[in-house]
Amino acid sequence: MATAQETMPGVPARANEKNDELTAVSGIISPVEILRIAWEGVVRNKVRSLLTMLGVIIGVAAVIIMIAISAGTEATIADQIEGLGTNLIFIQASFGRGGPGGGGDTGPSLVFDDTAVVESVAGVTGTAVDQTSVQNVKADGATLTDVSLMGTTTDFPSVRDVAVADGRFFNQTEVDRSAKVAVLGAGLAADLFGESNPIGQSITVGTTKLGVIGVAAEKGVVGNTDFDAMLYVPITLVFDKFTPTMFRQFAGDRVRLIYVQIEEGADMDAVIQQIQLKLAVSKGVTVDELPFTMQTQQDIIDTQGATTAAFRSLLAWVAGVSLIVGGIGIMNIMLVSVTERTREIGIRQSVGATPTDIRLQFLTEAVMLSLVGGLIGVATGVGGSILFGLTSDMRTVIVPSSILLAFGSAALVGILFGFFPANKAAQLDPIEALRHE
Amino acid sequence: MNNQPIIQTENLRKVYGMGDIQVAALGGVDIRIDEGEFVAVMGPSGSGKSTLMNILGCLDRPTDGRYLLAGDDVSGLNKVQLASIRNRRIGFIFQSFNLLSRTSALRNVMLPLVYKREGQLSPKAREEKAMAALEAVGLADRANHEPNEMSGGQRQRVAIARALVNDPVLVMADEPTGNLDTKTGDEIMTLLHELHGRGRTILMVTHEQYIADQTERTIVLVDGRLHTDAANGDK
Repeated sequence: MATAQETMPGVPARANEKNDELTAVSGIISPVEILRIAWEGVVRNKVRSLLTMLGVIIGVAAVIIMIAISAGTEATIADQIEGLGTNLIFIQASFGRGGPGGGGDTGPSLVFDDTAVVESVAGVTGTAVDQTSVQNVKADGATLTDVSLMGTTTDFPSVRDVAVADGRFFNQTEVDRSAKVAVLGAGLAADLFGESNPIGQSITVGTTKLGVIGVAAEKGVVGNTDFDAMLYVPITLVFDKFTPTMFRQFAGDRVRLIYVQIEEGADMDAVIQQIQLKLAVSKGVTVDELPFTMQTQQDIIDTQGATTAAFRSLLAWVAGVSLIVGGIGIMNIMLVSVTERTREIGIRQSVGATPTDIRLQFLTEAVMLSLVGGLIGVATGVGGSILFGLTSDMRTVIVPSSILLAFGSAALVGILFGFFPANKAAQLDPIEALRHE
Repeated sequence: MNNQPIIQTENLRKVYGMGDIQVAALGGVDIRIDEGEFVAVMGPSGSGKSTLMNILGCLDRPTDGRYLLAGDDVSGLNKVQLASIRNRRIGFIFQSFNLLSRTSALRNVMLPLVYKREGQLSPKAREEKAMAALEAVGLADRANHEPNEMSGGQRQRVAIARALVNDPVLVMADEPTGNLDTKTGDEIMTLLHELHGRGRTILMVTHEQYIADQTERTIVLVDGRLHTDAANGDK
C-alpha cells in the first residue's frame, strides 16, 4: 500500500481526511419514503397484491366468524340453562356399582321416600321427583306412541318452572291416593285434542284410563327435555300402574331423579353436605358410599362451559392454521415478486439503496399487504357473522377481542413471513440484478 | 483545471472462480482519468470491459489492486459503503435505460435523492431538484408521464436526468445509444457533449467506433489488459 501511494502523486492526504465520510454510512432513509415506496409496490400490481392478501383475508374472516359462532352457541346454551329453574340441585342415582340392572349388589337406590329425608334439611324449599317411562296414549280420535310419561309430585311446577296454562296441577291428596289424573304438555294437548278443550276429557295410557285436569303452558326444549311433549301424572300412579310388579318388589319405589329447590341465598355447598349426610344415615352407609351424584345448576353450566370452551379453542386453532396458511401465501407470492422485480431492485441498488433499504421496502410491503388484507378480512368477518346469524338457525355474537386478535396476528404473520423474501431481495447482487431480464 | 484525478487505478485485478479453476477477468489495469474528461472504453466481448466498468462504478470490488475515486480509496469498502458512494458520487446511464416502470419520470429522477442519507432533502426540495434535472434534459413537460408513454430517446433523457440529480463526480454511460436509432442516438450524444462542456467527467462504454471517436480519448481493453489508451486526434 505504501508503495502505491508513492507512485500516485497528488492523492495522499485527501484519502485520510475523507475517511469518515467513506466508511460511516449513517442515518436511514425517511420512513415516509419507505411507506411510499412500499405503497407504490402494493398499488402497482393490484391483482398480485389482492392474491397475496387473499389468504390473510380468509384467515382473519375465519377467525372472526368462527369465534362469533362459538360465542353465539355459548349464549344459546347459557339461556337454556337459565331456563332450568333457579337454585336447583339434581340428585341422581349414579351408575357406579354394577350399573343399572347390572348383576350383583347395586347398593341403596334412590326411592320416593328419600324426598322426605331431603325435605327435612334446612334451606330446602321443595322437591319434585322424576320417574319417566314411555307409553302409548289414546284419546278419542288419536293414538300417539312413545309418549314420555313423567311421574312426579305437586311441587314440580314451581321447582321446574313449568306453569299451568289451563285447569290445575294435581294436588297432594291425588298423589297420596294415586289418583288417575293427568296434566298434558302444551304440544301433547294439541296433538291429542286439536282445538277442543282437553280438560275433563279422558285419555288411555297403556291400559289405564286417566282424566285430564290441566294443560301446561308452553316451555319448549330445555337441555334434552321437551317439556311440551310431556304427560305428567302423580308419581304414585306410576308405581301402581306403570311399574312391573316384580320390579317394584325387587327395587322398591325407585325414582330416576329428585329435584331439590333451595332457598334463595342459602349456602349451596352446606345444603348439599347436609342432604348427603342425612341420606347416608337413612340408608345406613357412609357419605362416600352413597351411590348418588348431586349436581347443581352451576355444575351443569360448568360442564357445558367446558364443552363450548373446548369447541371454541378447536375453532381458534383451525382459524389460526388458516392464518398461517395465509402467511405462507404472502411469503410465496412475495418470493415470486422478488424474482419478478429483480431488475427494479438492481436499479434501486445502482442509485444507492443499501441492503437495509431493500429489506425494509419488502418487509414494509409484506406488513402493508397483511394489514390491508387484515382490514378487508375484519370487514368480511363481521359482515359474514351478521349474515350467517340472519340466514341460519345458529346465533352469532361478534366478540370485539376476536377482531383485535385476528388483526394482530395478521400483522405478525406479515412480519414473520415477509422476512424471508425481504432478506432474499436484500442479498441480491446489484450487477446480477441489473442484468436480470 | 484538468489536473484533479477522478479515477485512478493501480494494478486493478479481478479474478473469478475458486480453487484451481480461476479466470482473471482483469489482469492488472492502470488508468487515470482526470476531472472533466470524456473517455470512451472499447473492447471485444470478454475483454474485461464490463468487469472494469462494474468496479469503476462501485458495483463490484477488485480482487487486488487499488481504486481511488476522486482521491478516496474505495477498493476495500463493504456493500453498504459502496451503495452510499454510488449514491453520492456516481451517475449511471444504461443501454436499456433501467427506469422503474409504472412510475412517473419525476419519481424516477427523484430516486437517488430518496436514498441520500447525508443532508437529506425535504420532499419538496427533492421534487424541485428532480424537476430542475428534468428541465436540464428538456423534459420538464413530461414529468408526470410514465416510461411506457415515452419514446426511447425521452426515456434515455429521463435516465440522464436521474444520473445527474445527485451531482455526481463521475457519470458512467454503458452503451447509452445502443438501444436507439441513429438519429436519436445522435441527440443523446449531443446531450452528453453538453454535459461534458459544462465540466462533467464521463466514462462511456461503446461498440461503435464513430461514437467513440466523438470523445476526447479512447481506452481499448483486450484480454483483461489495457491495449491502447490514446487521445482522439480530431477532437
